[in-house]
Amino acid sequence: MPSPGSNWPLDVFRAIQARNITLVCTVPDGGLTNLLDLIDADDKIRLVTLSTEEEGIGIAAGCWLGGRRAMIAMQSSGVGNCINALGLPLAYCAPCLMLVTMRGQWGEFNPWQVPMGQAAKPALEAMGVRCFPVERPEEVGETFAAAADLAFNSRTSAAVLVSQRIIGAKGFGQK
Amino acid sequence: MTAAPNKIARRAFIAELLRHRGEALVVTGLGSATWDCFAAGDSPEYLYSWGGMGLAVPTALGVALAQPGRRVLAITGDGEMMMGLGSLAVVGDQAPKNLAVLVLDNETFGETGRQRGLTAGRADIAAVAKSVGFNDVMTVTEQDTTAALGRFVFAHPGPVLAVAKIAITEDPWALPEKDGATLAHRFRTALGLEKA
Repeated sequence: MPSPGSNWPLDVFRAIQARNITLVCTVPDGGLTNLLDLIDADDKIRLVTLSTEEEGIGIAAGCWLGGRRAMIAMQSSGVGNCINALGLPLAYCAPCLMLVTMRGQWGEFNPWQVPMGQAAKPALEAMGVRCFPVERPEEVGETFAAAADLAFNSRTSAAVLVSQRIIGAKGFGQK
Repeated sequence: MTAAPNKIARRAFIAELLRHRGEALVVTGLGSATWDCFAAGDSPEYLYSWGGMGLAVPTALGVALAQPGRRVLAITGDGEMMMGLGSLAVVGDQAPKNLAVLVLDNETFGETGRQRGLTAGRADIAAVAKSVGFNDVMTVTEQDTTAALGRFVFAHPGPVLAVAKIAITEDPWALPEKDGATLAHRFRTALGLEKA
């Protein structure tokens, strides 16, 4: 068995399984590829592809209202699409669990990613979402597990922000 | 070209439709769709919303995927539906057999001063639903269609979407509980997920 951090997507996947989260909504990101592959291969977890990330906020709230645990996985740019929607789980006192892979920070190549990447955490916090930034791969799994427990047990909104330092900057062919 | 004005009186229409509900769960979009359902007779199996424009269908989809043994009907307005149009493609992709959507289409942003809506022009929400994989769609324009509409939204294999072309009307205020935690608690209690 690999040690924690050597394969952070696997650590998160195990935490998802252990918490009986059986539905994962996503607009994919390159940094989520390995995790989404693990989820897609597990027939106990339903993978729901979205047209825009805010739909996932409604779907996850609806799932919980119906007795099923769900989460949303997205790139930091998708956080901006969620802002008004984030009022819905707050109003219902429903859990909202987000896994966000960051762009626009560590070694970003694309200037168009920088504004929303830099604004993601303050924007989430402005909407009452507890943010858990992670800079080290060995801490992603346990941080995700803690955020999930906070969200589902305390019926609040929580987001794990996986640093671009962990994922690596996209180079677009540049070395 | 000016089309003939819509005829359906929404309050009586929804009240009559909900007589056919059986054990279906109802998720309402913000504004008049919520007021209509509450005015028809409150139930803990109605999940109201007072905000989150565009999220009625996603919320109903979540409920439908969590409760595959229960019929789920989302009732919302045309403006709310236009804001979440992409969510119809998500429903088409997930293809829940137990989910139906009813769009109350007065072609107007009724809550904000009756400004013209997009469905007043060429936008056809039923055609969108059909094109993104809904099993079936239906458009009704007459008041006396509630029996057929009831069979469609409560029994026809989903996902299905119906558009009811409703008139612009002045209806008495009918405002349900607005505390979301209370609404969530009674809904989950009705499903046996929480204790009363």
